[in-house]
Amino acid sequence: MPLLDVHELTTHFHTREGVVRAVNGVSFRVEPGETIGIVGESGSGKTVASLSLLGLIPAPPGRIENGTALFDGVDLLACGPKTLRSIRGRAISMIFQDPMTALNPFMRVGDQLMEPLQVHRGLSRREARTRAEEMLRLVGIQDGARNLSAWPHEFSGGMRQRVMIAMALITRPHLLIADEPTTALDVTIQAQILELLARLQRELGMAVILITHDLGVVARVCRRIYVMYAGQVMESAATEALFAQPRHPYTEALLQSLPSTHVKGEPLHTIPGLPPDLIAPIAGCPFAPRCASATDRCTRGAPTLRELVPGRATACFRVQDGEL
Amino acid sequence: MTRPLLELRELRVHFPVYAGLVRRRLLGTVRAVDGVSLDVAPGETVGLVGESGCGKSTLARAVVRLVPCTGGTVGFEGREISALREPAFRAIRPRLQLIFQDPYASLNPRMTVFDALAEPLRVHGLADGRDVLRRVSDLMELVGLAPRFMRKYPHEFSGGQRQRIAIARALALEPKLVIADEPVSALDVSVQAQILNLIARLREQMGLTLLFIAHDLSVVHYLSHRIAVMYLGRLVELGPAGEVFHRPRHPYTRALISAIPVPDPVREKTRQRVALHDEPASPLNPPSGCPFHPRCPWAQPRCAETVPPLESCGDGHQAACIRLDQM
Amino acid sequence: MSDAHRPEQDAPPAAGERGASLWRDALVRLRRNHLAVAGLVVLFALLVVSLLTPWIAPYGYEEQDLALGAVPPDSAHWFGTDLLGRDLFTRVLYGGRISLLVGFAATGVSLCVGVLYGAFAGYLGGRTDALMMRFVDILYSLPFVIFVIILTVYFGRNIVLLFMAIGAVEWLTMARIVRGQVMSLRQKEFIEATTVMGLPRRRVLLWHLIPNTLGPIIVYATLTVPRVMLMEAFLSYLGLGVQAPMSSWGLLINEGVQTMENRPWMLIFPSLALSITLFSLNFLGDGLRDALDVRASKD
Repeated sequence: MPLLDVHELTTHFHTREGVVRAVNGVSFRVEPGETIGIVGESGSGKTVASLSLLGLIPAPPGRIENGTALFDGVDLLACGPKTLRSIRGRAISMIFQDPMTALNPFMRVGDQLMEPLQVHRGLSRREARTRAEEMLRLVGIQDGARNLSAWPHEFSGGMRQRVMIAMALITRPHLLIADEPTTALDVTIQAQILELLARLQRELGMAVILITHDLGVVARVCRRIYVMYAGQVMESAATEALFAQPRHPYTEALLQSLPSTHVKGEPLHTIPGLPPDLIAPIAGCPFAPRCASATDRCTRGAPTLRELVPGRATACFRVQDGEL
Repeated sequence: MTRPLLELRELRVHFPVYAGLVRRRLLGTVRAVDGVSLDVAPGETVGLVGESGCGKSTLARAVVRLVPCTGGTVGFEGREISALREPAFRAIRPRLQLIFQDPYASLNPRMTVFDALAEPLRVHGLADGRDVLRRVSDLMELVGLAPRFMRKYPHEFSGGQRQRIAIARALALEPKLVIADEPVSALDVSVQAQILNLIARLREQMGLTLLFIAHDLSVVHYLSHRIAVMYLGRLVELGPAGEVFHRPRHPYTRALISAIPVPDPVREKTRQRVALHDEPASPLNPPSGCPFHPRCPWAQPRCAETVPPLESCGDGHQAACIRLDQM
Repeated sequence: MSDAHRPEQDAPPAAGERGASLWRDALVRLRRNHLAVAGLVVLFALLVVSLLTPWIAPYGYEEQDLALGAVPPDSAHWFGTDLLGRDLFTRVLYGGRISLLVGFAATGVSLCVGVLYGAFAGYLGGRTDALMMRFVDILYSLPFVIFVIILTVYFGRNIVLLFMAIGAVEWLTMARIVRGQVMSLRQKEFIEATTVMGLPRRRVLLWHLIPNTLGPIIVYATLTVPRVMLMEAFLSYLGLGVQAPMSSWGLLINEGVQTMENRPWMLIFPSLALSITLFSLNFLGDGLRDALDVRASKD
């Protein structure tokens, strides 16, 4: 049984300019203890999808229009704010992109770390303190006692992200949602943090949803990948299969546009045009206007995500019909 | 050998840091750029890489004088420009242009594309009257934008399109040297490829000399003839792009390259990674000796004693490491 | 596929060829704010009425009818009359002319001086900025009323002086606001870009810096007008402002307050006129602030 089973999640924003269809019928699954990646460019809906699960969409203007998200038998989208609050921060945790703003600058690091333990677990201050020190050591911060009484601004970016991870994991969640956890960091620090996440995932046996725009990052740590575009999942596959043989034209084009996949001096492959405006209704496949293999049919009807072989699905008519 | 277009000699940019509101006292000096020497030949593209805070952007800003140099010299077109006073410097500004990182912040939100492109042309007397309209159209076509959109405002364009406008504005002045300060790092992957292609095409078409700054080594490698690697205000490695990328000599460059995630899960699993401990020291308080030694897995006690100079290791390849012969 | 040079495919996401400036966007947002639009309409009507006052006022503003004295509103005198038998409707109309003139003129003066001064100080920075702003601090610390009294002693009572006195105080805040704006704008890349392009300083100041500070300036100006009008009322109340037989709303309210118990109409009508104007200005100012808010706009 999957740990999290999201089905047809649809989140819209009702703005003055119109309805922004940020997430449009997204389904994905997370098995206990596995790491999945959700990849997409800005505006693909990857962040909104994850925030929807935790009830963190500002409403209004945001509204979850449809879908279910079963986590341990509880539908996160229907269970109400009170249940959600107890799940959030205990069974599911989240870390965000910017470690600079996610910590409260007016609270000592230790107090911020201990807060969820005292709130959710009802631990005493002393017990919480021991756990917090332990947790700091786990995320590679030595000298826990001294660092607990430090202020966030005394830490560097990488250290802060470690603290954020410690905060997210201190209640031993079953699922961690990491939204671009390394985007704000330098590559050498990014490598350290990714290594840390992988180690903690093994040691604590939790599942991780890694949300990123960086195909290299998902290639390193994820077992399965969902590729999102314009609020929809375009393709899902096991990591090796996806990179060895991308099936959806969007995934293929995205991989081809990376400089590292090119011989020097050769022009880079590009995807012409722009992602669609999510306010205007999209008739067919959202990628069709930019797709080199699009036919008439692609602009008429919208393809749905269909499994080709077990564990591998695409939302492309031509792939589904064996034409590509 | 022709004379380099840009010659940096022992360039230093130090910022004093003060503390206290009433009685300001000097807390220390941030050595953002600490003695960098670098030549860029006409028509050459030099890529400058390094992590945030290594001083690469400060270096770019110092060359175009957005921040003052505190030491060393900048030579351009064979003459020393770092000693020029501002009016004289203004005369050479058109030939020395900078492309900024953030296309959302580098365009005046209250000016149309036409105004933004026409302004430098008019101010520097490069076009007037009807000529301006023609030149603006040409510029827009040059960067792949339809001239019929010249009356639109920056906020009506996507990030990639704005970066095209910013590039067109820099090129309006027919510069000799363009410094591109992380021009693609604010953009999505697919858009990034479009802009990199554009820069490569314009470089050929206009014979531009380029100092290309980025934190992404694979991007820099793709575009540059030579790569310079910066760490804590100093150059630690300099050489032909392929050499530096495939046979890095300095431990830091090795770590940097091994840290780049490769979009290939099979290679990712087998790849050896140079593990670095800690994080870069603060440029306010740099370590003694080699700035990298506290993080370096190959460091020896003597690394903390002297600052190693850039030394040749063949084929125009240089690195600053005292264990260079063993690396 | 790899052809980057493809202008037709690269149409901007916003439709049309003619751009919509941030100003036009703001105007569209302002139009959706009914209170602000109402404020604008009322202000416009007041302005028209003030301009046409000499032709539409039923009486002269100093036309007395001592025999009549103060009477409550009736069909001949819509707002009633004052103690000297002068038509209050006429006097409110004429008073509005003065009050609006003082309000807008003093705001205009403070706008011009404050914006230029503040922008200049903020753009130049360093020692010049420090000196200029210390001067502002010194002026700030002068007590306003004493300042006005000194002016009246030297130059006698006159309405131009009133503008000067109020303008001299109001531009200080404006200068501080603009300076702050300019200081933060100066860090923006598009201002750095003007340096790299080698644009002359004056051009940068007038074309790049000031237009980008106009949003907060306009908002602050709409909030300055009502404050200036209240200040005029206060000065007139002290006897330092507008002199009889001319009238201003402040003066009329002052007269009204003195006989408030017996002749409430003398207080009610001028106060109503002032309140409606102040409300309109405040609604407009609020509306403008929301409309010009960058966070609400497209990026």
